[in-house]
Amino acid sequence: MSDSCGAPVQGGTVEVSTTETVLQGKVVSGGAPVGGAYVRLLDSTGEFTAEVVSSPEGDFRFFAAPGSWTVRALHRTGNGQADVSAEGPGVHAVEIAVA
Amino acid sequence: MSRENVLVSAAWSEENLQTPGVVFAEVDEDTTAYDGGHIPGAVKIDWKNELQDPIRRDFVDREGFEKLLSAKGISNDDTVILYGGNNNWFAAYAYWYFKLYGHNDVKLLDGGRKKWELDGRPLDKEEVTREATSYKAQEQDLTIRAFRDEVVDAIGKKNLVDVRSPDEFSGKLLAPAHLPQEQAQRAGHIPSAVNVPWSKAANEDGTFKSNDELREIYAEAGFDGSRKTIAYCRIGERSSHTWFALRELLGHEDVKNYDGSWTEYGSLVGVPIELGSGKEA
Repeated sequence: MSDSCGAPVQGGTVEVSTTETVLQGKVVSGGAPVGGAYVRLLDSTGEFTAEVVSSPEGDFRFFAAPGSWTVRALHRTGNGQADVSAEGPGVHAVEIAVA
Repeated sequence: MSRENVLVSAAWSEENLQTPGVVFAEVDEDTTAYDGGHIPGAVKIDWKNELQDPIRRDFVDREGFEKLLSAKGISNDDTVILYGGNNNWFAAYAYWYFKLYGHNDVKLLDGGRKKWELDGRPLDKEEVTREATSYKAQEQDLTIRAFRDEVVDAIGKKNLVDVRSPDEFSGKLLAPAHLPQEQAQRAGHIPSAVNVPWSKAANEDGTFKSNDELREIYAEAGFDGSRKTIAYCRIGERSSHTWFALRELLGHEDVKNYDGSWTEYGSLVGVPIELGSGKEA
């Protein structure tokens, strides 16, 4: 268990239990990964749920729940967002292009 | 309470990096961000290893805080500007902590590290050393810190502001969605609490919303300005952010932060817990 609420280092792999719903992917710009982007998880009503900073390889990861989500990235070079639908537990991949 | 007394902008900060008597401090639980580049001249405060007791669940004591600030080169009469990642959660926690030990002049950098980075302002990796001081702390100001028994007593009497996400409040999740969900305690919230996620108080770039917007958000959620208030989250840092908004920005007088928060309350034997959105009550 995490004894704090700060965002962990992004990227790498995690063991996902059969009950967890993980949304993960990369922030990219012109096909190249964007590290240091602020990636926000918004619920189906657009309400903020969580935020992490993308790894140097552009990776981000959220532990969410089944449902419709939006992931939105903010970076000094530009912003972008993408929708992702997680129908059930497991790993759901999504890419965000910023411009 | 004037906003200028408690909050400074990134633009003001960049102009005052060299100002004598102004000390910038980056506060985070994970200090690798600082090591990878920090505001020029800023000292580092490690939320976990420097502000928490290494063995029992509590803060470093008064003497420990004096030693820490003396070693960081912070004087009693310095203006301390705190900032950090995670939308300033840990910086807000440190702000509350500095107030707890009686530091007079402490402010938050509005938007923290995120705003600074999104603005493209300078960061460097220079090692920062400041001459040691002889810092003197006060006894903890317990008018701003709530403990578990008074939280149980406050049910139905004070504003209990649960600042976690709606899914944590309702019992669907046990931790924010960027963390694994394996936890020991029970899910739900303290009965009679209103749910105003900390994020409602912040803009997308991490800066605080205007006082007018903040007043409307809390009023809409059922916050009663005539009552005393206790804010909580999971471990007390997100609620420091809301404590700051309610007490330091909006000027509500009797506002406490419950640092035990859900990881304590949700593990207590026999206390009442409510599930669901709470709005049907």
